[in-house]
Amino acid sequence: MSMKRIMAMASAAIILSVALTGCSGDKKDASSSIVVGIPQDLEDSLDPHEAVAAGTKEILFNIYEGLLKPDETGNLNPAVAEDYSVSEDGLTYSFTIRDGITFQNGKKVTPEDVKYSIEKSAGMMGSPSLIPAFSNISEVVIRDDRTVDIVLASPDIDFPAYIASIPASIIPAESANDASKLCGTGPYKFVSRSPQENIILKKYDGYWGTPANIENITLKIIPNADSIVMNLNGGAVDMFARLTATQTQQLSDKFNVLEGEMNLVQAVYLNHAVKPFDNVDVCRALSYAVDVDNILELTSDGKGYPVGSSMFPAFKKYYVDLSDTYPTDREKAKELLASAGYPDGFSFSITVPSNYQPHVEAAQVVSQQLKEIGVNAEIKLVEWNTWLSDVYAGRNYEATLIGVDASSLTATAMLDRFVSDADNNFTNYSNAEYDELFKSLYQAPTEESRIEIYKELQKNLADNAANIYIQDMTEFVALSDKYEGYVYYPMYVQDFAKLKIKEQ
Amino acid sequence: MKTAVRKAAAFIITVLLVTLFVFIAFELIPGDAATAKLGTSATPEAYEALREELGLTRPFFVRYFSWLFSFFFGDMGTSYSYGVSVRSMLASKLPITLTLTLMSFVMIIILSIPIGVLSSKYEDRAGAKALDVLGQLTMSVPPFFLGILITYFFGMVLRLFTPGGFVSYDVNPVRFAAYLFFPSLAIALPKAAMSIKLLKTSILSERKLDYVRTAYSRGNSSMDVMYKHVLKNAIIPVITFLGMTLADIVAGSLVIEQVFSIPGYGRLLITSISNRDYPVVQAIIAIIAMLVIIINLIVDVLYQVMDPRLRGN
Repeated sequence: MSMKRIMAMASAAIILSVALTGCSGDKKDASSSIVVGIPQDLEDSLDPHEAVAAGTKEILFNIYEGLLKPDETGNLNPAVAEDYSVSEDGLTYSFTIRDGITFQNGKKVTPEDVKYSIEKSAGMMGSPSLIPAFSNISEVVIRDDRTVDIVLASPDIDFPAYIASIPASIIPAESANDASKLCGTGPYKFVSRSPQENIILKKYDGYWGTPANIENITLKIIPNADSIVMNLNGGAVDMFARLTATQTQQLSDKFNVLEGEMNLVQAVYLNHAVKPFDNVDVCRALSYAVDVDNILELTSDGKGYPVGSSMFPAFKKYYVDLSDTYPTDREKAKELLASAGYPDGFSFSITVPSNYQPHVEAAQVVSQQLKEIGVNAEIKLVEWNTWLSDVYAGRNYEATLIGVDASSLTATAMLDRFVSDADNNFTNYSNAEYDELFKSLYQAPTEESRIEIYKELQKNLADNAANIYIQDMTEFVALSDKYEGYVYYPMYVQDFAKLKIKEQ
Repeated sequence: MKTAVRKAAAFIITVLLVTLFVFIAFELIPGDAATAKLGTSATPEAYEALREELGLTRPFFVRYFSWLFSFFFGDMGTSYSYGVSVRSMLASKLPITLTLTLMSFVMIIILSIPIGVLSSKYEDRAGAKALDVLGQLTMSVPPFFLGILITYFFGMVLRLFTPGGFVSYDVNPVRFAAYLFFPSLAIALPKAAMSIKLLKTSILSERKLDYVRTAYSRGNSSMDVMYKHVLKNAIIPVITFLGMTLADIVAGSLVIEQVFSIPGYGRLLITSISNRDYPVVQAIIAIIAMLVIIINLIVDVLYQVMDPRLRGN
């Protein structure tokens, strides 16, 4: 056979095999599975007590549960605990373990497991705790074979919210020395993972609560933002949360685009330790100069919820709408700048993590708007890890545009970072009145009086223009029209158990 | 013998320098694995505790040499992000990157040798001229852009494959290979165009030499002259080129993986860099460096086989 003929046959064979196999690519059993795209792998940890990224916690929500668990309205419901009571002095929380509840390995949840889990997540086992408020736990006592008491050093009304957060999930005590024994009590169990490729979850049949509808979940990792739409339209992925407005416009009609809130506060956070942001008038001037509606118009098709302080609307009880505190008024902004000693404006840099495109786009608009009052804001793009170490931990920056979310379902989680000596006060905000108000929270006798204080705190931040507040962003979720039942939560959660196949 | 020792020394020194540079680079960029792991929940105490736990508090050279020592004995350490051994992680991803590389290499050969020979034979025809222009165009398009074009045309318009529908080799090897066909094509085309051009020029200049006339005068058919004499000589510069290309293909596959959403070494490398997962980054870079050196060695050997004149030296 001549060389030419061999070549011809070989190429024919390759083309044929592609033609035969390539087409069968998008057949899958839609009756019991869904492929959900996620923008990053769960890189921090699969151990709920070490989960820090919002993107990790929102997935682990399906696998692990705490003694309590939040629902879509923000209420805390019993989960691993069936019931709980608080002693009169507010120091002892007594949890009754749910009758018959099992881990995904089939074993019953024992008081020892609960004690181990709480002590581990409180940092009493040596590893660092991710819930600073848990340093308040003085001891965990097993009272009988179904009851565990958690004793606090001082009363904390937010304690149930911390107990319901992912880093306080209940895991088997036997997982202490063997990470392969790690499992939870949630509606889905972990099956396998392939780094940077996928994570597979399967419905847990012994789940105590309302069972999940879909049997198998494949979480497919798509780090490249440009290929997300292609994956969706091509049929490789059925669902993707947190798309940009531009991406949703490119989707085919096989997708429903849902809109909800992202539950964060996007703002230009100002470092009050550097000049000129130590001057309130300068901060106010910048707030007057920025036109939020224009930002929304240009970056997200007008979608988004303008906010005026460090609280987002989903926290209905505590939220007070302050978005009108600084109506766009560039004349006033210039006057304020002049009276602060900067009649000709000034220059500063806005540091933005380059992996968050919506923040980068918002920063570009803000920078343009500030030019109109003679302020020159230069955008400095940094990689996420550089942002974490230089901006967040090192506080070595002038201003940064970012979204801040709540680590637990408490108003405190949004507001405690502005207390002048707080560990996480990355804006170096220092206001004696604010510190005083925050301290008074702990003496407030009733929930109503606490809510009043939370509102005062928000007003304090708004009045002093602590940051240039922009919006709570709109979360666009693309869901294939074969499925329904996506539920928005007032925090970072993707609840897969409620998804179901649409009846045809 | 002497050559072998010299090559081995060059091999070791290269790997040492490359890994040392990566280590130094990580010292210079801000943040480390502990900041990456703790994110915004990092309190100073938690940060220090985690650094201690990950062994990041040890001095630079202690860390480098302990890594080097373990690596030498085949222990690549444990990934900070995934908590599993780097070796098992890389082993599970190796078939992906390897298949992609080999597939595109085979494509380059399959495309370039027949087309190169034919276009030199019919160099005056319009078809060959058109092919020249097409080749020039293909050469100047970077593979990632070609990848986007291929995804759009074959994936979205002709629907020959599902963009992003990557299937792992352990799930379905046939669909795995089928998915890698188009990414391989994106890597192969520009290189194939170059190698066609090279082969064509090389054949044309060989054909003018005296030995070709002699071969014809001895009564050989034009087929015989081509395959037994001209091609043997003309292919030597092409082999040099293909050798260098193979190293390029490995690098190209890291980029193309991003375009086609393939979870191979490229994606692992990029995310590991942003997570400051040094053990993974070190291992991948050391492996790629070794691969490139080994390929060059093979090309050297191949030369001596193809060109008897080199054997004497």
